[in-house]
Amino acid sequence: MNNKAITCKDLTKRFGDFFAVNHISFEVEQGEIFGFLGANGAGKTTAMRMLCGLSYPSSGEATVAGFNVFKQQEEIKKNIGYMSQKFSLYESLTVRENIRFYGGVYGLSDKQLKEKGDELIEKLGMQQEAKMMVGSLPLGWKQKLAFSVAIIHQPRIVFLDEPTGGVDPVTRRQFWDLIYDAAEQGITVFVTTHYMDEAEYCNRISIMVDGRIDALDTPANLRQQFGATSMNEVFYALARSAKRSAD
Amino acid sequence: MDTVVLENISKSYIKNAPPALENVSFSVKKGELFGLIGPDGAGKSTIFRILTTLLLSDAGKATVAGYDVVKDFHQIRSCVGYMPGKFSLYQDLTVEENLNFFATLFGTTISENYALIKDIYEQSAPFKNRRAGKLSGGMKQKLALSCALVHRPEVLFLDEPTTGVDAVSRQEFWDMLKRLKNEGITIVVSTPYMDEASLCERIALIQTGHILSIDTPDNIVAAYPGKLYALRAPKVHLLLPDTRRYAGIRQCYAAGEKLHIAFKEDGKDHPAALLTYLKSKGHQTVAIEEIRPDIEDCFIEKLSNPQ
Repeated sequence: MNNKAITCKDLTKRFGDFFAVNHISFEVEQGEIFGFLGANGAGKTTAMRMLCGLSYPSSGEATVAGFNVFKQQEEIKKNIGYMSQKFSLYESLTVRENIRFYGGVYGLSDKQLKEKGDELIEKLGMQQEAKMMVGSLPLGWKQKLAFSVAIIHQPRIVFLDEPTGGVDPVTRRQFWDLIYDAAEQGITVFVTTHYMDEAEYCNRISIMVDGRIDALDTPANLRQQFGATSMNEVFYALARSAKRSAD
Repeated sequence: MDTVVLENISKSYIKNAPPALENVSFSVKKGELFGLIGPDGAGKSTIFRILTTLLLSDAGKATVAGYDVVKDFHQIRSCVGYMPGKFSLYQDLTVEENLNFFATLFGTTISENYALIKDIYEQSAPFKNRRAGKLSGGMKQKLALSCALVHRPEVLFLDEPTTGVDAVSRQEFWDMLKRLKNEGITIVVSTPYMDEASLCERIALIQTGHILSIDTPDNIVAAYPGKLYALRAPKVHLLLPDTRRYAGIRQCYAAGEKLHIAFKEDGKDHPAALLTYLKSKGHQTVAIEEIRPDIEDCFIEKLSNPQ
C-alpha cells in the first residue's frame, strides 16, 4: 500500500489494433483535485473505467487507493465513490431513500445511515425535500445530492464524470464548493469536465489527446508553458492536433 | 411578419407543480441566428417541442413561418428541420439509409439539396455504410444535422446540439451554423454553455420557464448594472471566502483563474479599500482590474436579482 491515491504507469487499453488508451502514466496525491480533460474520443472514459475497476487494462500497471487494477477490482470499488451526469440517483426514490440505498450498498450500518443521512440533508439544506422523489428536484439539487451520496462512505477517491453538465452557472459554482469541502476532508477528487473555467479550479490537470496524456501540470504552469491566457487556449492548442474523430 | 413568434406561451406537465413555461414571448426574424441560453430544466426543449408541433401549449399562441402551431401543424412539419436533444435517428439504418429515409419522407432526394449539406455530410461520408448506432458522438451529431437539413427547411430548430461536446468540436459546429445562416435559413438553437451565447445574433436568457432577458449579446452585456472587476491571486480559491465576507461586496464568485466581483455601490476608492482589507487578511499579492462582463456574468446577475 502506498500513499498515492492513484498511480498509473504505461496503462494501456487496446481494442484490436486501436489503442484507446496508449501508455499513460501519472500519479495523483491523496486529497488532490485532479482534472482529467480531453476531447471527445481521447480515451478519458476508457481510462476511467480501468481505474474504477470496471475494465481490465491490456497492459501497464495502476493502483487506485493502493489496490491493483488487475487483481483487486472489488477492493477498488469499495474504496471509491463515483458519480456521473448520466447515472446518479434513483428518480422514483425519495431523497432519504436514495441516501439509505447507496449508504447501504457502501456497507454503512443502520446507525451510520441515520446519522450520515441527517447530516447530509442538513448540510444541503434539503430538510423540506427529504421526503420528495428525487425525480421532482431541479437538476442542480440532484447533482449536489448525488455527489454527497457518492462520498457518504468517506471513500479515498471520488470519480466525477462531467458532474456539472447542463447545470446553471450559480449551482455549478456551489457544486465546486462541495468539491473543495471533500478535498479538505482528504478525499481525492478525479473529475472530468467540458467547462474550461472549471479546469482552473483543479490543483493539477491532465489533457488527453488520441489516447495519450499530452500535458499534465497545474493550470498556471500549463498556461505559462503554452503562452496562453486561459485554459481554453491551452485546450485548443492541444486538442486541435488530435487525429481521431470525435468520440 | 417574423419567422418564429411566441405570445404568452405557458405549459405545465404536472398539476400543482411550477409550470415548465410561464408567459413566454419572443420572436425570431427571418434569417436570424437566435439562441435560447439556459441550464437544464429552463424550458428550452418544451419551447422546441411546442414550435415543432409535437406538444400543445396550455395557453398562448405561436406561429412558425407564418403558420399557426395548432391549426397548421401539417405545413409546419414540412418546412422546419428539427434536431432533438436526444439522438433520434434510426440506429439500425446506415448513415446513407438514414439520410435517404428523411429525404424521401420530405418528398425530396439527397441530390436535390446536396449543396446545402455537402460540407457537413461529407465528414460522415467515409462511414456511409456504417449503422448510425455505431457512429461516434461527433459523427452522430453531423448526421443528425444533415438529416434535419435534407429538405432545405425554412427554419432549423437545434436543441442543445453541442451538449457534452468538447470545446474544439463545439467551435466547428458553430462555424457550420454560420454557413447555414448565410444560406438564408432561420436558426433557433439552444445551449447550456454561456460562452456560446456570443455566437448568436440575439439571445434569450431563460431559467425555470421564464425569460430573463432578450437582446443582442452586446446589449445584454452593456446592460450589466455597475462595474465588474476581476481579482487575481496565486491561490484564488483561498481568496473567495474572505472576499465574500467584505461588507461592500454584492457579487463574488469564481471565474476560472480569477474571481469576479461587483461592489454594492461603485466608488473610485472601493477597489483600493478592498485590496487593503484583503492584505490585512494575509492576501499580499492580489491584483484588481475592471473587466467587461460576459454572458455568464449577466446570467448570474439576473439569477440573483430577478426582476
